[in-house]
Amino acid sequence: MEHSVQEVSFHHEPGGKEVVQKIIKTTVILSVITIIELGMGLAMYAWPMGEGLKLFLKGVIVILSLAKAFYIVGIFMHLGDELKNMIMTIVIPLMLFIWFIAAFLWDGNSWKTLRNTYNKTAVQTTAPAAHGTGAQH
Amino acid sequence: MATVQAHTETKWWGGGKSPFNIEYGKLMMWYFLMSDAFTFGAFLISYGTIRFSQNYWPDPNEVFNAFPLAGHANLPLAFVSLMTFILIVSSVTMVLAVHAGHHNDKKGVIKWMIWTIIGGFAFLGCQAWEWTHLITGDHAVLINGEISNIGTTVTMNPWGPASSVSGADGHHVNTTGPVAFGGYFFGITGFHGFHVFSGVIINIVMLIMTINGTFERRGHYLMIEKAGLYWHFVDLVWVFVFLCFYLI
Repeated sequence: MEHSVQEVSFHHEPGGKEVVQKIIKTTVILSVITIIELGMGLAMYAWPMGEGLKLFLKGVIVILSLAKAFYIVGIFMHLGDELKNMIMTIVIPLMLFIWFIAAFLWDGNSWKTLRNTYNKTAVQTTAPAAHGTGAQH
Repeated sequence: MATVQAHTETKWWGGGKSPFNIEYGKLMMWYFLMSDAFTFGAFLISYGTIRFSQNYWPDPNEVFNAFPLAGHANLPLAFVSLMTFILIVSSVTMVLAVHAGHHNDKKGVIKWMIWTIIGGFAFLGCQAWEWTHLITGDHAVLINGEISNIGTTVTMNPWGPASSVSGADGHHVNTTGPVAFGGYFFGITGFHGFHVFSGVIINIVMLIMTINGTFERRGHYLMIEKAGLYWHFVDLVWVFVFLCFYLI
């Protein structure tokens, strides 16, 4: 491990106060985003609203969470300060998630549609409007 | 780049210096975290697939509404917000420890590492309370026409749709919900909690090494940076666990 250190010329952070200010600023941003997310989550509970509006709020919460991830990785983990090639070796493989999420959520939804179409018993025991005995496993 | 490379023929990296200008251990920590991101991602996506396949899924605001010492007060998301802020604050103290390490400030590193470890233990304590509350908190549920009291476990889910039967207190008694709810919740928050636990252990080792002066003799606090990367990753995963289980 000692020999490798010599090959690396570390870019130490400039100054002291600037960095601490950047950390404080990021902390405030993360806290504010979290509070907004909580507010939206509670709003969905407190006020009755249509499914479309709920879906929209959930979409906004997902985007806000991605923003939080960006700040944690970029500022707290200092990935933003690394060489661009190094950043790309991390970020490009993560793009697999685009397919991963889309394909599997699509699959889940298709599963639901098929079950609701061909297995009426399952619909009766799992749909929200169902009454009476609901034993399903 | 512009340096003379008479001894190499290749136009690619020819050795002799770090191509990413980053220490080996730190780079490998990044690649480990990337693979760990795929592990957590696969778990969360699997949860999403099952959730998308169900006609009914419990509302997190109804499941997670308890707070220690608050009795039966309805406080949706209050406790998990506290847990989230504990983790954000411990992430900030970790950044400050790394920052102190950049300036070879041994006292600063020790101070901020202690705060980070306290934050980690506080989070684990909160999670232990939440799990206990969910597992032992019984709810009246209609199963095969009879009212039973069950908690939330990997095999039981009392958070199903309301039935037409009323309980002793006049509320509608729920039917059972999708059994996958408990399995995914305990599985994924448990896997995350295990990461927090191992992160706390790593941080304690780093604290002891700092106190013993190991990094001072070495001349740099790179190990603190690597432990910091792992700790921030734990915070990063919580952002998505919080999103998938509590918010949406």
